[in-house]
Amino acid sequence: MENTVEVDRRGAALRRRSSTGRVLHGMKKHYFLYLLLAPALVLTLIFKYVPMYGAVIAFKDFSPIKGIMGSEWVGWKHFEKFLSSPNFDVIFMNTLKLSLFGLLCSFPVPILLALMLNQIRRASVKKNVQLFLYAPNFISVVVIVGMLFIFLSPTGPINHLLAWITGEPLMFMSDPKYFRWIYILSDIWQGAGWASIIYVAALANVDPELHNAAGLDGANLLQRIRHIDLPTIRPIMAIVFILAAGGIMSIGFEKAYLMQTSMNLPASEIIATYVYKVGLQSGDYAYSAAVGLFNSVINVVLLVTVNLIVKKLNEGEGLY
Amino acid sequence: MAVKHSRFDRLLLSLNAVFLALAVLIVVVPLVYIVVASFMDPTVLLNQGLSFRFSDWTLDGYKKILENPAMLRGFGNAVLYSAAFAVVTVSVSIFAGYALSHAQLAGRRFFMTLFVVTMFFGGGLIPTYLLVKQLGMLNTVWAVIIPGAVNVWNIILSRTFFKGVPNELKEAANVDGASEAGIFFRIVLPLSKPIIFVLALYAFVGQWNSYFDAMIYLEDAKLHPLQLVLRSILIQNQAAPGMISDQLAMNELKRLSEMIKYSAIVISSLPLLVMYPFFQKYFEKGVLVGSLK
Repeated sequence: MENTVEVDRRGAALRRRSSTGRVLHGMKKHYFLYLLLAPALVLTLIFKYVPMYGAVIAFKDFSPIKGIMGSEWVGWKHFEKFLSSPNFDVIFMNTLKLSLFGLLCSFPVPILLALMLNQIRRASVKKNVQLFLYAPNFISVVVIVGMLFIFLSPTGPINHLLAWITGEPLMFMSDPKYFRWIYILSDIWQGAGWASIIYVAALANVDPELHNAAGLDGANLLQRIRHIDLPTIRPIMAIVFILAAGGIMSIGFEKAYLMQTSMNLPASEIIATYVYKVGLQSGDYAYSAAVGLFNSVINVVLLVTVNLIVKKLNEGEGLY
Repeated sequence: MAVKHSRFDRLLLSLNAVFLALAVLIVVVPLVYIVVASFMDPTVLLNQGLSFRFSDWTLDGYKKILENPAMLRGFGNAVLYSAAFAVVTVSVSIFAGYALSHAQLAGRRFFMTLFVVTMFFGGGLIPTYLLVKQLGMLNTVWAVIIPGAVNVWNIILSRTFFKGVPNELKEAANVDGASEAGIFFRIVLPLSKPIIFVLALYAFVGQWNSYFDAMIYLEDAKLHPLQLVLRSILIQNQAAPGMISDQLAMNELKRLSEMIKYSAIVISSLPLLVMYPFFQKYFEKGVLVGSLK
């Protein structure tokens, strides 16, 4: 009883205070929470928001002596230079194709794998198959690309096999026409198993009685998958798709850069690698920052657009 | 009660088994190839392909790679960076997640938005690089640990987790006179060991396997982590050094660089591949907690 009275009195006191006063009072009382928040907040402001401000370098003629803020303002000059350069079409399309094809090819594979894994009856068998399929996820990009160079070299095992059929070795890593396929297929090899985890977990929650009942009604396996399993994982599919599509233009630098050879550049030069080379290797900071900014903006636009579309298709369920 | 399968269903199920077995083979065969090749002389490998006769096998590749000082140093650096990164990023994220899970924290919506925005938009490579340079962090360990320390996903995950911790526990401690710090460190943190472990595991593996930050921020080869050393062994020697005029020496060098590729891959990937089955449970948990959002 006394307790409630105490709480009431405190509540009244709080209400009497102005809202700023209340906040300050709360901050004093819960100072520990603010203390816990502080490191993340400070690091984010410094390493995420200061660079966003620093992105104005894209609109300036950067001179290291004057610094970012002191350099001369040149407006859209660097953007115009990039958009009108002969490189633009190639690099932009390379980025778009690589990620778009990548998304379309690798999106269905984990779903298929999950549906298939879900049909394994024996739990121990299922667990072991998963163990193998997940393993490549733990191999680093450097090693994956190293393995690609080994397997696909003109004297490597794949060309050894192909020699029986074609007689001529294929120049996988130097011919631009193979670059995208190698990139995408090796991505699937590495990531599809791991990406199936969330689908497998969702499918495991389906009530087996549903399948039994449908089976008794004469539904065959395919029909049961279509009408029971697929609807179960549809919301997850939507979220995974939006996230992947939103990241389309931010396709990873790490792998593309490692896979680049001087010969396959016509297909393998993407915005991220271009920004790195022009900016950090040649030191043209302002121009390459403009290219990077251009890329980020496209990314945000894409994310918002895809979310809108999926919302429409998915009965109002989007990411946000 | 299991469904009685029609003939069509049984056919599908056998096809399913065949395709899954194929998928497993596709994953396993390249890995086995690398492991077997790591025990072979490159000339034999080139001329005859893989051999499973132990008499053909040699440990030279491993000897050479273990004699390589860059490799050993890279290994040590990678352990150090990954452990330090895991500690820093998990502490920072968990602290923030805990603070943000409290309704008493004024402005938590605003703070959350501040964090989430950075998941989708950033200043980009160049401004970040210039900032790190200006702060004097180039060529220091801090450059690979601090700028990426705030992981918004981890903040969201831990916030969700802490929201699930029953309030009665904290209230009971409060009644017993424990301070907010006491509640956090003595009651909530011990309860959170599983999620801390999962996040730390992810952070460790992520840092272990990455090379980008180290490549742009660490010029000094002595600071290079394992992945950068691997990069120079596996990828950069693609263009064989053409300056060596002595044909014999060049052949020997080529042979050597071919040989250590396989053992380098095995040595660098084995620790994770061997350990991961024991932690599989936790890794899966990490993915699933994430999907709850």
